[in-house]
Amino acid sequence: MNTSQQTMPDSGNRIFNSFLVQAWLVLLLASFFGATLAGIQLTLSPKIEANKLNETIEKVPELILGTENASAMAAQNQKIEIKQQFFETNVNNQKKIYNVFQARMDDQTAGWVVKASGQGYGDKIELLIGLDAPAQTITGLFIIDQKETPGLGNNIVKPVWRNQFINKSTRQHLTAVKTKASAPNEINAITGATISSRSVCNIINQTIDNLKKPLNDAAVAHPKTSDHQQEKK
Amino acid sequence: MADQPTALERFTQGILPENPVYRQLLGLCATLAVTNSMKGAMTMAGAVLFVLLCANVIISLIRNLLKPHLRIVIFTLTIATFVTIVDRFLAAYMYQMSKSLGPYIPLIIVNCIIICRCEVCASKQSVFTAASDAIGQSLGFALAMASIASVREILGTGMFFGFRVLPAAWPDWVIMVLPPGAFLTFGLLLGAVNWVVAMKKSEG
Repeated sequence: MNTSQQTMPDSGNRIFNSFLVQAWLVLLLASFFGATLAGIQLTLSPKIEANKLNETIEKVPELILGTENASAMAAQNQKIEIKQQFFETNVNNQKKIYNVFQARMDDQTAGWVVKASGQGYGDKIELLIGLDAPAQTITGLFIIDQKETPGLGNNIVKPVWRNQFINKSTRQHLTAVKTKASAPNEINAITGATISSRSVCNIINQTIDNLKKPLNDAAVAHPKTSDHQQEKK
Repeated sequence: MADQPTALERFTQGILPENPVYRQLLGLCATLAVTNSMKGAMTMAGAVLFVLLCANVIISLIRNLLKPHLRIVIFTLTIATFVTIVDRFLAAYMYQMSKSLGPYIPLIIVNCIIICRCEVCASKQSVFTAASDAIGQSLGFALAMASIASVREILGTGMFFGFRVLPAAWPDWVIMVLPPGAFLTFGLLLGAVNWVVAMKKSEG
């Protein structure tokens, strides 16, 4: 049995047996690993942040101009200026900050891309909504992140379904219907994924409710913004 | 400890006779969760290889300093460090993959395969043996992941590594890429492996 621990209760042995001294290897490794991780985080975090931002910025031209126009522009080497802005809205005393990308061409606002998110059927759905300059019409929709049911709800990422939203007016709320969409504000829900379809519509409706006026104001109020903090793409 | 297996034995054992998934039934959370596509499964296997190799080497280097009651803390500390490194690297260089694997990369920290290898092999044997054990076990893990993922991806989406292998007319068996498909596939394959092993035993 552990006789060595039971004998010799002198003070020197007590210090040796204290938890801190016994754990010297744990402490040493913890500080070493901590420093390593801090170094890695410092080196890689700008790249990770850039990945997140690029994911959005890459989509801006086609969300505002449509896929064909955007690729035609890219072929002609025409550039859109993209400027990131934050809009703060205050609805029912709940502050919400929207990440908005303003696209500018020929010194005029060409449109807006808003990053919005909300609860879906499986998990949070994150999407990008393209709007024209006065925020009157939806010009595009892209799903950045979703964890809806494979084969059913995750069909929301398919262009066939997303393209229904193009050219919808922001005047009326969009509704997902199970039967064939007839009214201008109706969207065909995906068979077997009514909740996912409805969630996307709700996120869009809510975002437009909150941002329509601020975006409209911003597009008109600053026809010319100064060159600072403009990001050229 | 004269009866410890040699480096070569450790390596070959990991691949089939002691396959971490089919024979030891370890690390099943990740196995079931990320095998709905080959790409995800192979990224996972790569991440496990890196973490297991680094953890085994470090633990083996300090094996004479380990105290019995503090060893699990040190294992976890080492594993968590390398898992975080993998997680950050994936987020920086394979952003889409890191998003689709979601929490399962950080969850390698609690993957029993790694802590089991630290305990069974690395804390008792030399660095070289520990490294070959890590590679053998990771290859075994990768093989198991690949076998499940190929069944699930091909039947569930008609594709393999994202390339179409079945005719477009194939009615995708969506259930195969959903969680039930993981349990079905794994159960059937595990049964098949056990059957083969039993057959071999009765012959020998």
